[in-house]
Amino acid sequence: MLVVKSLTVRFRRHGAPSLTVLEGLDLAAPRGAVTGICGASGAGKSLIAAAIAGTLPRNADVSGRILVDGAPPSRGGIALAPQGLDALDPLATVGAQIARFARLADRTEDPAALLPRLGLAPTVAQAWPHELSGGMARRACLATALATGAGWLIADEPTAGLDAAAAERIMALLGTLASDGYGVLVISHDLPRLAAVAGEITVLQEGCAVETAPASAFRGNGEALRKPFARRLWQAQNVCPAC
Amino acid sequence: MTGWLLPLLRDRAIRLLWLLPLASVGLFTLVSLAPIDPVQAYVGARVALVGPEQREAISAAWGLEAPAYERFWLWARNAMSGDLGDSITFNAPVVQVIADRFPASIALVGAAFILSFVLGTALGLIAAARRGCWPDRIIRGVAVVLAASPGFWIGLLLIAVFAVGLGWLPPCCATPPGMIADEVDLAARLPHLVLPVIAVSVVGISPLILHTRQRLVAFLESPAATHLAAHGARPLWLAFGPGMRHAMGPAITVHLAGAGELFGGSVLAEAVFAWPGLGQATVRAALGADAPLLMGIALATLIFVFAGNLLADIAARLLDPRLGTEARQ
Repeated sequence: MLVVKSLTVRFRRHGAPSLTVLEGLDLAAPRGAVTGICGASGAGKSLIAAAIAGTLPRNADVSGRILVDGAPPSRGGIALAPQGLDALDPLATVGAQIARFARLADRTEDPAALLPRLGLAPTVAQAWPHELSGGMARRACLATALATGAGWLIADEPTAGLDAAAAERIMALLGTLASDGYGVLVISHDLPRLAAVAGEITVLQEGCAVETAPASAFRGNGEALRKPFARRLWQAQNVCPAC
Repeated sequence: MTGWLLPLLRDRAIRLLWLLPLASVGLFTLVSLAPIDPVQAYVGARVALVGPEQREAISAAWGLEAPAYERFWLWARNAMSGDLGDSITFNAPVVQVIADRFPASIALVGAAFILSFVLGTALGLIAAARRGCWPDRIIRGVAVVLAASPGFWIGLLLIAVFAVGLGWLPPCCATPPGMIADEVDLAARLPHLVLPVIAVSVVGISPLILHTRQRLVAFLESPAATHLAAHGARPLWLAFGPGMRHAMGPAITVHLAGAGELFGGSVLAEAVFAWPGLGQATVRAALGADAPLLMGIALATLIFVFAGNLLADIAARLLDPRLGTEARQ
């Protein structure tokens, strides 16, 4: 279980009052399921990932508690696939980077076996990041995170920039990982695809969790959602042909 | 991977083909405009012993009566057949003067090249890995001081402290005084190399420190490094593991491309340390208005610097795969 208890993140600023970007956030993600986080841009979604992975900038003040399987998060215990494609090192091949992340966790990983699970050809291992398309780079980024073999995976916008088929495939893969026993936290704007694989989804608004609902509530006109913001966010997806 | 190499070499060969004649014309123009009379410089202190007739005879023997463009044309025709003429200050063929003095210069510049590369990159890497802390501040301070210090002045300080004051190292020359090069072994030569090498290295160290530091810091603060750090990578492992390639590529490029500056620095250092290399010969040739030798040394230096730049381009492409792609397009 990944538990986040009243997480508050503030950024200290020069010559300005500090900026609160996450306030009193509670989150619980069980192993063996996909837990979703969604919300408008700038709601603080990626900061949750950074807070759990310990990659917040130095001027961030964090309070609250984060427990992974009952203990504070240890480095290397959680894998994070960041949102930006610049997370790949431009001066190393994809295969070399996968090996690098595996080595950080004291394991070995065969890129030629890992890449096809993400829908990439084994030959992508020899490619340099600048030779990849956006979608390929996103999957290569996910591959580096998976190479650590950590039991927890946080995927930040794993489907951004992917075509529909590739996006389905990535979400399905995340679902498979969860049913294999991984704990998977997915941050995404892609609510319909997220709802298809997730157990629970937390809706974030300006740094606060406004509603946590089972994925089944994200259907139809969103009438099963309690908060108006969550309902509007769902309706904005324009997936309901009747409305 | 190396499909760009042949086109690059071809382009550079073509560039050298027009660069050499252009540089020759420019150099010859400068040398002919120099307000030094070669005959006067040659006669020097013996001015009372040499009459006007003898001066005219010397001038005629050197072909100085002919207009500049005729002299250049004669030189250019001979140069194309491999004859760079005779040096008037050394009374020997230019090719031989250069060949005699090149080993001493290449030992000096080569040793300085290696020393400044090792020191510059090592200090740059340490500064970046410990950025913001005291080692970084000290190293950056050293880089600024070195960048502001002229090599010849460092040379004089080194002589004052280590040769005159402490007496640890010889103040001049490539060999102990009173001995000729052939009878001196390597162990006797090395102490003579130390101070000049340090003085020449100074020019190359601070750009390297600052470049290496800047590139490594850029990587260490990049999302790629954050991504690695989030999965347990330690700062020092990042700096000396994946960061190495980010720092070394630009460092090697900067250093090879700056080989010309080392060569320039060696001219002054050779004068200060009485080092029997090309730099010293350049100074003597310039003071004696020795046009053939000046032209010869300048063209040799041009090729040397040109080769340094070419190697820099090749190294940059080998170390950064993104550059190779650009060259192919």
